[in-house]
Amino acid sequence: MEYILSWLIWLPVVGIVVILFIPREREYIIKMTAVVTTGIQLALALFLWSKFDSGLGTFQFIEKAEWIPSINIFYSLGVDGLSLPMVILTPLLSFLAVFVSWNIDRAVKGYFALFLLLDTGMIGVFLALDFFLFYVFWEVMLLPMYFLIGMWGGPQREYAAIKFFLYTLVGSVLMLVAVIGLYLNCGKTFDIPTLMETAPNALSGVMWWGFSAIKIIWILLFIGFAIKVPVFPFHTWLPLAHVEAPTAISVILAGVLLKLGVYGLLRINYPMLPDAVFWFSGAMALLGLINVIWGAMCALAQTDLKKLVAYSSINHMGYALLGMAAVIAAGAVNGGNQAAAQAGLSGAVFQMFNHGTISAMLFILVGVVYDRAHHRDIDGFGGLAKQMPLYAGMCMIAFFAGLGLPGFSGFVSEFMCFIGAFPVFKVIVIISTIGILLNAAYFLSAYKRIFFGELNEKYKDMPEINRRELLTVIPLAVITILFGIYPRPFLDIISNTIDHLIYQVTQMGGYAGF
Amino acid sequence: MDQLQNYLFIAAILFSLGLMAVITRRNGVAVLMGIELILNAANINLVAFARFGGMNYSGQIFALFVIVLAAAEAAVALAIVINIFNNYSSINVDEVSQLKQ
Amino acid sequence: MNIFIQFALIIYFLPLAAFVINIMFGKRLPRQGDWVSIGAVGISLILSVTMFAGMLLDYNPDFKVEAFWRWIHLGAFNIDLGFLIDNITITMLLVVALVSTMTHIFSIKYMEGDPLYYRYYAFLSLFTFSMNGIVLANNLMLLYMSWELVGLSSFLLIGFWFEKDSASTAANKAFLTNRVGDIGFFIGIMIIFMYIGSVSYGDVFNGVASGELTGTLLTIAGIGLFMGAMGKSSQVPLHIWLPDAMEGPTPVSALMHAATMVAAGVFMMVRLFPIMSPDALVFVAYIGGVTAIFASVIAVTQNDIKKVLAYSTVSQLGYMIMAVGTGAYIAAFFHLVTHAAFKANLFYGSGSVIHAMHHALHKKHDDETDPQDMRNMGGLKEKMPITHRAMFISTLAIAGVPLFSGFLSKDAILAGTLSFAVHHPVHFLLPVFGFGAALITAFYMFRLIFMTFYNEPQKPELIDDIHESPWEMATPLVILSGLSFFIFFTLPYFNPFSDHGWFTDIIHARDSLVAGTPTAHEIAEGIHHSHFPAMLLSLFVAGGGIFLAWQMYLKKSWSPDSVSEKYKTLYLLSYNKFYIDEIYSRYVYTPVLKLADRIAFFDWEIYDKYFINGFGRVTNWLAKLTGKVDYEGIDQGVVDSFGRNTRRAGKMLRSLQTGKLQTYMLFALVGVIFIMIFQVV
Repeated sequence: MEYILSWLIWLPVVGIVVILFIPREREYIIKMTAVVTTGIQLALALFLWSKFDSGLGTFQFIEKAEWIPSINIFYSLGVDGLSLPMVILTPLLSFLAVFVSWNIDRAVKGYFALFLLLDTGMIGVFLALDFFLFYVFWEVMLLPMYFLIGMWGGPQREYAAIKFFLYTLVGSVLMLVAVIGLYLNCGKTFDIPTLMETAPNALSGVMWWGFSAIKIIWILLFIGFAIKVPVFPFHTWLPLAHVEAPTAISVILAGVLLKLGVYGLLRINYPMLPDAVFWFSGAMALLGLINVIWGAMCALAQTDLKKLVAYSSINHMGYALLGMAAVIAAGAVNGGNQAAAQAGLSGAVFQMFNHGTISAMLFILVGVVYDRAHHRDIDGFGGLAKQMPLYAGMCMIAFFAGLGLPGFSGFVSEFMCFIGAFPVFKVIVIISTIGILLNAAYFLSAYKRIFFGELNEKYKDMPEINRRELLTVIPLAVITILFGIYPRPFLDIISNTIDHLIYQVTQMGGYAGF
Repeated sequence: MDQLQNYLFIAAILFSLGLMAVITRRNGVAVLMGIELILNAANINLVAFARFGGMNYSGQIFALFVIVLAAAEAAVALAIVINIFNNYSSINVDEVSQLKQ
Repeated sequence: MNIFIQFALIIYFLPLAAFVINIMFGKRLPRQGDWVSIGAVGISLILSVTMFAGMLLDYNPDFKVEAFWRWIHLGAFNIDLGFLIDNITITMLLVVALVSTMTHIFSIKYMEGDPLYYRYYAFLSLFTFSMNGIVLANNLMLLYMSWELVGLSSFLLIGFWFEKDSASTAANKAFLTNRVGDIGFFIGIMIIFMYIGSVSYGDVFNGVASGELTGTLLTIAGIGLFMGAMGKSSQVPLHIWLPDAMEGPTPVSALMHAATMVAAGVFMMVRLFPIMSPDALVFVAYIGGVTAIFASVIAVTQNDIKKVLAYSTVSQLGYMIMAVGTGAYIAAFFHLVTHAAFKANLFYGSGSVIHAMHHALHKKHDDETDPQDMRNMGGLKEKMPITHRAMFISTLAIAGVPLFSGFLSKDAILAGTLSFAVHHPVHFLLPVFGFGAALITAFYMFRLIFMTFYNEPQKPELIDDIHESPWEMATPLVILSGLSFFIFFTLPYFNPFSDHGWFTDIIHARDSLVAGTPTAHEIAEGIHHSHFPAMLLSLFVAGGGIFLAWQMYLKKSWSPDSVSEKYKTLYLLSYNKFYIDEIYSRYVYTPVLKLADRIAFFDWEIYDKYFINGFGRVTNWLAKLTGKVDYEGIDQGVVDSFGRNTRRAGKMLRSLQTGKLQTYMLFALVGVIFIMIFQVV
């Protein structure tokens, strides 16, 4: 109990060690080890949730130990309302992704070992409270991803893997520079809670080469995180990586890795550089708009189903950006509209979670049909609803959740992002509502082409979605629907943390700090 | 006449002749003879300094040593010359330039 | 908890439960689970009737019950969802439950043998659930959510026969067109929430009344909300989806695309009328008026029986919307209710005819002939007496013939427009649209009746196989025909020329909350004054329309062909639906898709390949350059040159090293001499 966060992080490593001792031919045992490991991890995460005090809004379950005392680096962990949803989502998706990767046919041992390493990295990022540790986990995540795409991916896997790796590495490096900048200017500490308190004051007025240090650090961090989100001009690694990655890895990529961008911005940029939030939020809303429209337009034109889903991720993360930009509504300059800020920020966090479940569902379903047909050409199917009614039904749930239909959680979060951003960015929000329409257009047209019409003769013996695959989709569908009907359990977790964050941003920041 | 300079002068001439022979003669045996001259020039010096420097007989003893040494050296050197002759069919030192390689 | 709220909760959630049960287990249930859905909707009907009876017993125009639950709670940002039950709600609930029940019963035979029978009933239940959400909502949020869910069930049911390409296309079109409207709706909600901070009707009304949201913004918000209604109630220019929606099964058309779902827009406008600014209302009125006349003109030349009814529905919805715009919104609601009964009835009638035609054609193994084309019908009167009578009665109602419900409601609307034009002579076009549409409606409806049931059969070989539909299908026809008579709406009074009755007694108009609008009383006065001329005029135009149809299609004194020949342009415009679909396709869909293609191409082929990969390429090039500098410059040039120069120096010095001891000796000598010279010097 006391070290529950450490257990969450290091459990997969235990799993790796176990897997390394299993002979490579015993594939079933290897898989079961992965199942058990992620399963226990999921149970731990749920237990954490049950013990979590959502009334606090500050870090809980804190663990702190010296690591490299000479430069003030600690092994420091903690969880708050911002990270808890992701700490639950990550093991959940990992657990499901193990089942999704059941049919991996080569180098099973290596695959699952790397997969568990990836799991450690991901959950570590969400739990780290030391900037250095954060960075380390951030990088730990990168490497297994590179191999997982590069070795188990599609035909262009090497290209995709190297592109993913280099692209995200650029982001990491920029982040590292910013981390060092913060470290040197804010009392030589990497401790995130301390930095939240000291950074806004320590940095104000500091100039580097004639530019405000706040702006420079913000930009560095923003680009680092924006690549992960991905925000518009940094987005092209995503469709490629998604298309080439094996299904389970796409699920993880969309479900967890993309969230790191938003999470990082909210965890690092917002509280530490509140002045820059005001400075940058206009641009952020604009980028959100571009993401929404650009992603939707690109998705509309796709013929590859997986690429369509990938572009839809870009589209969906645009809503989250809009919601994040809304935080400045609570600033005094904007009349202190607390409601809008709450709606926007909570909407962004909720959207991040929902996108995790919905796009994971979409990728799993794409994987199902790909396993059977060995292609993903939208126009190459037709009439599958007749042959695979259950699959068509699951896809309908996923697609409609994706296009933001009320009753699914995606709607609630999109709605909150919009309604939060509206008071401050009216024109941008109004234009981006077109995204709702385009969203529906690309999902429905894809659905029609795949499932409606006469059954394609080639697929008249296509087997229906099987139990294992259903098992991976149904939990996600249930979560999506439950939170869509009644979002309060989720919002209750985050609301106090969000209030804290809004307070931090609006009280510490303003336009004057430069 | 009985002065040190005269001895030294003669020894110098002798040394120079020896050196001349060592440097310029091509015949290996002649070079050896030059070396003998140099050694004997040294002997003269040793004896001369012993005689005029009041150093008992150590100079003379040393000169004897040199003579013995010169004999030994001549024996070894002639053996080498014979070997060179066997290998090169010549005792012309210009042709024995393997050191150059 | 109030008994009404409890009833409402049951009415609301029972169909949802039926949906879940049927979609999951329907296939394995006996009779494929149709009884689950029918039972759910039946209980809804019973409860609705009970509530309705309660309302009539109470006879209180101000009756109102509200209940809400917190849905989102973030401190400053809170949203409550809840129910508002007043007389309008109860009436509408009854309409929905009744038509829904009729549809469920009608579908038993109509959909018999369909492989996805259970799913059909599941979807019907889903629809009933969502529609009740619209009716019961006490806030814009639940309204919007139910609004979209109705769109979903409409999508599912239009595309029910998804193997037909036209059906799935129509389903997509319906959903997407509705989404266009929903965007406006959403923007409206955002504006309202921003200024008023709540979405519940009560707070919004209070906010508008206290001037928290006024002027142009209120107008924009109003028009935004109305856009939602335009989408759902298929107003020009978003009307394109409704005619195509006829691809769905006919009972669905009756339920959703005639009686209830498309009326949701009107219902919403009725609910939100008090916050509509005068400018927004003028916009509403013109959209409605144009839709009314526009759609009726198209209906004249259509040959598909369902298409005629579809355009008729569009036109009638235009009427209602126009009435809302002119302030006669209770008249609009009245027409909604009467229209629901007779239009659903017309659709059931057409369904019955199509069913019969389909079976007859099936028997002849004729797959070519279109069972919905009126040119293939004719002379069905004797073969299908119940259907004929039912449709005839409903046609009289829609045409606005006295003694029938349509007369009363249409009259109220026309009086409203007339009164509006009297007060604002600028808007004289509105009554022109209204009366013009009334004329054309009477004409095309009788054209439909004459072409279908009268004259000689166009396909005599089929006539023997045409049979009246079974009782499951006939029952709704009978019940709804009955409801087309005026008496059900004017009780306890018996004056067929006045709409005075329970409806007008307990459903009262509210004053608009926006400054500068006439009060409900003033509007009622105006309507009262215009009542008589409007009635005369409407009688006149209805008679004219019927007469024309009688002349052309029954007596055949004028040949329709020669008329269409004479007015070729107009005929072609009407026949081709004013080319709206073509215009959209040319100027909207195609350019958007093309743009999407371009953007995707740019994104993937240019931006990514050249710009992003360009970084890689530049880095590569730089790497090569540094590699070159490193190897050829530093390694080869500097490091190795030490070696090279040493060797060169060695070579030079080597010439000194002759290998001759004598030379070395000489050097030694020279060296000694040098040293000596230096010693001396």
